[in-house]
Amino acid sequence: MSTESAPAPQSSVAEDVQPGRRIAVSALTTNLREYGLIIALIVIMLFFQYTTSGTLFKPVNLSNLVQQNSFIIVMALGMLLVIVSGHIDLSVGSVAGFIGALAAMMMVIWPLGIFSNPLVVSIVCLIVGALIGAAQGYWIAYHRIPSFIVTLAGMLIFRGICQALLGGGSSVGPLPDSFKALSSGFIPDVIGPLTLIPPTVNAAGKTIVGSGLTLHMTTVVLGVVAVLAYAYFGLRARRKRERHGYEAEPFPLFVVKTLVGSALALFLVFQFASYKGLPVVLMVMGVLISLFVFVTKRMTIGRRIYAMGGNAKAAQLSGINTERLTLLVFINMGVLSALGGLIIAARLGQAVPAAGLGSELDVIAAVFIGGASAMGGVGQVIGAVVGGFIMGVMNNGMSIMGVNVDWQQVVKGLVLLGAVIFDVYNKNKA
Amino acid sequence: MRQGVEFLMASTILEMRDITKTFPGVKALSNVNLSVEEGEIHAIVGENGAGKSTLMKVLSGVYPSGTYEGEIIFRGQECHFKGIHDSEHIGIVIIHQELALVPMLSITENIFLGNEHATYGVIDWNANEKRTGALLKKVGLKEDPKTLITNIGVGKQQLVEIAKALSKEVKLLILDEPTASLSEKDSQALLDLLLEFKRQGMTSILISHKLNEVNRVADKVTVIRDGRTIETLPRKDITEDRIITSMVGRSLDDRYPPREPQIGEVIFEVKDWSVYHPIHAERQVIKNINLNVRKGEVVGIAGLMGAGRTEFAMSLFGRSYGRHITGEVSLHGKPIDLSSVSKAVENRIAYVTEDRKTYGLNLIDHIKHNVTLANLGGVSNRGVIDDMREMSVANDYRKKTNIRASSVYQLTGNLSGGNQQKVVLSKWLFADPELLILDEPTRGIDVGAKYEIYTIIARLAAEGKAIIVISSEMPELLGISDRIYVMNEGRIVGEMAASDASQEKIMRAIVRGEGKAS
Repeated sequence: MSTESAPAPQSSVAEDVQPGRRIAVSALTTNLREYGLIIALIVIMLFFQYTTSGTLFKPVNLSNLVQQNSFIIVMALGMLLVIVSGHIDLSVGSVAGFIGALAAMMMVIWPLGIFSNPLVVSIVCLIVGALIGAAQGYWIAYHRIPSFIVTLAGMLIFRGICQALLGGGSSVGPLPDSFKALSSGFIPDVIGPLTLIPPTVNAAGKTIVGSGLTLHMTTVVLGVVAVLAYAYFGLRARRKRERHGYEAEPFPLFVVKTLVGSALALFLVFQFASYKGLPVVLMVMGVLISLFVFVTKRMTIGRRIYAMGGNAKAAQLSGINTERLTLLVFINMGVLSALGGLIIAARLGQAVPAAGLGSELDVIAAVFIGGASAMGGVGQVIGAVVGGFIMGVMNNGMSIMGVNVDWQQVVKGLVLLGAVIFDVYNKNKA
Repeated sequence: MRQGVEFLMASTILEMRDITKTFPGVKALSNVNLSVEEGEIHAIVGENGAGKSTLMKVLSGVYPSGTYEGEIIFRGQECHFKGIHDSEHIGIVIIHQELALVPMLSITENIFLGNEHATYGVIDWNANEKRTGALLKKVGLKEDPKTLITNIGVGKQQLVEIAKALSKEVKLLILDEPTASLSEKDSQALLDLLLEFKRQGMTSILISHKLNEVNRVADKVTVIRDGRTIETLPRKDITEDRIITSMVGRSLDDRYPPREPQIGEVIFEVKDWSVYHPIHAERQVIKNINLNVRKGEVVGIAGLMGAGRTEFAMSLFGRSYGRHITGEVSLHGKPIDLSSVSKAVENRIAYVTEDRKTYGLNLIDHIKHNVTLANLGGVSNRGVIDDMREMSVANDYRKKTNIRASSVYQLTGNLSGGNQQKVVLSKWLFADPELLILDEPTRGIDVGAKYEIYTIIARLAAEGKAIIVISSEMPELLGISDRIYVMNEGRIVGEMAASDASQEKIMRAIVRGEGKAS
């Protein structure tokens, strides 16, 4: 009996003595993983900023970084749900490659008339992605074939179809500019540029590229609005908690967190604004990330996925249709793989047989670096996104430094292992 | 070596003294004493949860030396086992209730698993198979040593386990409920084998709740109740009546909250419910069960482990167990469809599992998320969860069921058994059921938490819910139910009003039902 009631007196004592401090400590420790990860990303960025003599944060490089890694992050959103539900998907790279090839064939080779319009093609491709996800998910959900095996088969099948579709080793292109804008485009400046420092004019009367400072005002406005919205909604959620009489994190901590977050965001917005503005693909990513954060944190379906990954039997006995839920998770993965494939093709401007080759490993690594558990039930969208950026920044930074590709892989492997060991160590300590 | 050793009688092979074993929240054994003589069959009996299996786990080193108090003296030596390996090394071999065989390996491979006849890691299959042949002969099993375990029946698997024990030069063989899953014929064969071993001079400990079997083979019986040794009966005193009295003989004091049952009309009715085993399709697990529950009534289902009570409940609840399920269920006289868990929940039926860790909770998530899991619709609008509403629901149930935790954000995996049970209960209470099936609601939790669970049950009944309680603890059933069904081997073998039920009556219904079925 004594052990039964042991936790209660302890906590109430702590509450009486220093409630504020206890809440602060618990708020810090519960979010330590998330904060730790973001801090790690910042440290890694600063490290490369230093070793590349300031190239990393240059506006043009930031745009490159986003464009190079966006497909990894888009697919990591789906992979997070797959891994949280206790599965894995090895086929995403091949599916992306196949969808890229399909899109290119539809737009360039096949005489489809009006249907070779990039928008129509993109929609068709996303639907095909959903069907692929459904086909794989069906076997996993309803026939209990291990996802590792089903998606390993998918990986072989779709890479094969991708190559066959492109007719052996050839590439198909060029793709229409309006399609390429998905990856390499920037949002239009509807407000108009604002020149702060006029560009230097050389003796020949021509402006020197990169001199002066002109801001893409739409980007600035969007950035400022986003930051204000972030602060406003944070404050509102806080108020709501307090109004209902629940403890929120201490106000100073909240302020510091919001200020640091806003400052970082504004810095990045400024960098983008001083180049060509926000990349279209960054907008796509931003919308998707917000959507997935909302789905996982606030929606019943998200909650059910976590419950299923945490204890499938208990979830089932709580009335959750785990089969259908698994199917949906894989359909979602299929759609995002397709989107990843479109993004890759749009960036390359053509479909190549090796598009997305091996990217499933980067995607899975991003999710695990982001703190997801291989056993399922644990993982955060933001974690996976930051994990994806950590991988991306390392790729980008090491490439600028001129590190050999072989050694880049070694470093990435070590970082993945280190992140997971850090997690396991923390868990055992707690 | 201790001085006390000299005082032991020469014929005593095993002496366990003052064994006390505590789990978080539960004292499983307190000062248990057991003395086994060379060459005898010593039976240990007791209700489920009395501590029999725990005692054997202490003896075989599953719970290593240091995690319990007391001493074990085997053949004059004080023993400190660090694991099963140590105890097997000196000849104590235990055969657990759940067989520990690898299904896809052959009989030979299983018998010598980890103990193969090999030279530098290269296995001599001929030698192994020859020895297996000899061992199988000893246990009277006529099977090719190459046969895969999965291809032989449970009875034969049990014999393979015994052959495996013999291969280890066993001095003391412990069998934990060896006949629980065997047919009458296989059980008889097994008991005959035990008697044969005894003639050859082997000592065995038999854990069983089948008193007729104990009666047949045991030289001595030690009765354990509530983690204590009650008495050890010599052969001449062994009768079923004597053992039953000793097993259940405790007073029903005020361990149950007072109730004034207000029983209304029949709410829930099951007719002709039959279920077959999910894997062994020919085995009928539940045999034509008829049962009803009234408004405000607490109906108990008594029975021993393996009687089919959990299987019955789970097959009702969204067909979560078994195949070829037939029968009718009605709620308020109208037939209802319970073919999936969500339909069962919609029909306001809830099942609180006996195994809260495996089937009840998401242990890596906190209390709040677990409480709302079965009724997320109750805290959301169009699929979007209202965090504040969820928070107040969780806090509300935390208060109602008295969950002791620092906050609703505590992980359920870190709670004590009693508090975990309250979380599972809260989850189902929030789903607002009319019929609540509670499967072993107080298993593995301490007396104080038990009382709290009983109070919740009493309150729910007073609110007019219909409640089924499945329990292996007879005093508990007698203490909280209004009416009791007795189940054995998939059938209802008795029904009685709690007012004229007694532990002896229930036990008799079970024992009488034993053997009839097969």
